[in-house]
Amino acid sequence: MQAFEYIDAKTVSEAVALLGEKGDKAGLLSGGTDLIVQAREGKKNLDWIIDIKSIPEVNELTFDSNSGLTLGAAVPCYQIYANDSICESFPGLVDATVIIGGTAIQGRAGIGGNLCNASPAADGIPPLIVLKATCVIAGPNGERELPVEEFCTAPGQTALEKGEMLISLKIPVPEKNSSSFYLRFIPRNEMDIAVVGAGASVVLDDSKQRIVSARIALAAVAPTPLFAEEASALLTDKEINDDIIEEAAQAAQSIARPISDMRGTAEQRTHLVGVLTRRALNGAIERVRDAA
Amino acid sequence: MAKKSHVQTTINGESVEFLCEPRQSLLEVLRDELHLTGAKEGCNNGNCGACSVILDGRLVNSCLVLGVEIEGKSVETIEGLADPEKLHPIQDAFLENAALQCGICTPGIIMSAKALLDNNPKPTEYEVRYWLAGNLCRCTGYDKIVRAVLDAAEAT
Repeated sequence: MQAFEYIDAKTVSEAVALLGEKGDKAGLLSGGTDLIVQAREGKKNLDWIIDIKSIPEVNELTFDSNSGLTLGAAVPCYQIYANDSICESFPGLVDATVIIGGTAIQGRAGIGGNLCNASPAADGIPPLIVLKATCVIAGPNGERELPVEEFCTAPGQTALEKGEMLISLKIPVPEKNSSSFYLRFIPRNEMDIAVVGAGASVVLDDSKQRIVSARIALAAVAPTPLFAEEASALLTDKEINDDIIEEAAQAAQSIARPISDMRGTAEQRTHLVGVLTRRALNGAIERVRDAA
Repeated sequence: MAKKSHVQTTINGESVEFLCEPRQSLLEVLRDELHLTGAKEGCNNGNCGACSVILDGRLVNSCLVLGVEIEGKSVETIEGLADPEKLHPIQDAFLENAALQCGICTPGIIMSAKALLDNNPKPTEYEVRYWLAGNLCRCTGYDKIVRAVLDAAEAT
């Protein structure tokens, strides 16, 4: 691997100052499952690796029934799916954390890193979008917040400005009669990268026969993960039936602009968006009904 | 070349210190600096699991950890598994079930199995297969490995 200096940053301000000073030659290390591979393969040319895992804020994992979930940027997957409050309130996020890599990857890799790596196929991002997550970002001018669907700007590119870092993700308390679901298509059973991924969240009325509101997000069908805004809006205040689910699935297909590559053709991916959107919506609806 | 760092850590229960460059992975430190060659280099990018070790109780790919990151932490490798007198029950079960052929994946799979049984002493076959999904074996077809892990769970 290329030579670099290693700095174990202890505070947000120390990391932000280092990032500002070193610019593109510095990379932030949390789980390292993307960064170390990119450094080793020469995809990133780094003179400095700044380890953020000693910074308290990026390790925060708290759920408060008023303010919701605070998920520190360096919290690894295994801590997420071992957390009872997250399993109960945000099952769509758990769906993603259990399929990112295998056990050894989940021991290090986290959702914050998955987001900052900004892969179009990231399994962690659609659940964040459907759960209305907000990114808490620290930089030279203090903190700012950004809706997660605006964070990724291109493959491997994010809205982080020079000197900025992701501190945590905030997810609001789930509404009554709501749930979430994420799934992907891969040709194996596990340890693979999504050909297509789809996440959905729904809020149902008390009869659980009607959708109050829904959100749909897609992975691996565009340069960034997509929030399927129009498809989501179609479901607002609608009786649940196969037709309306199909309509939403078709609307989601209409915004997919996939490429053909070794994992699948554009045509197959577009087809999969319809299948997976239906399954994600039905999965989220079933979870609300099962929770009765 | 970056200056070497001094790292103080615990490996297989023993206090260890070493010097390494920041760019050296934990796998390289184990093999090249500490001469613990049980963990193997397979893909060197987190796909194959041949380098699996247990870091502070969690299974990790040692090729995706920097040596400098283990300051103050505790690492378990295949070398620490057996007593001087007898093999670990997982090792016995691997021999009994012929759960290895060429052996390159074996240290990683056994450490992965140990992490599983430490965490979940009586796993189902499904749980064993999913837990071990990050450990590739090109010889056995996995069935003997899964049986060995289930037998080891039964024996402990």
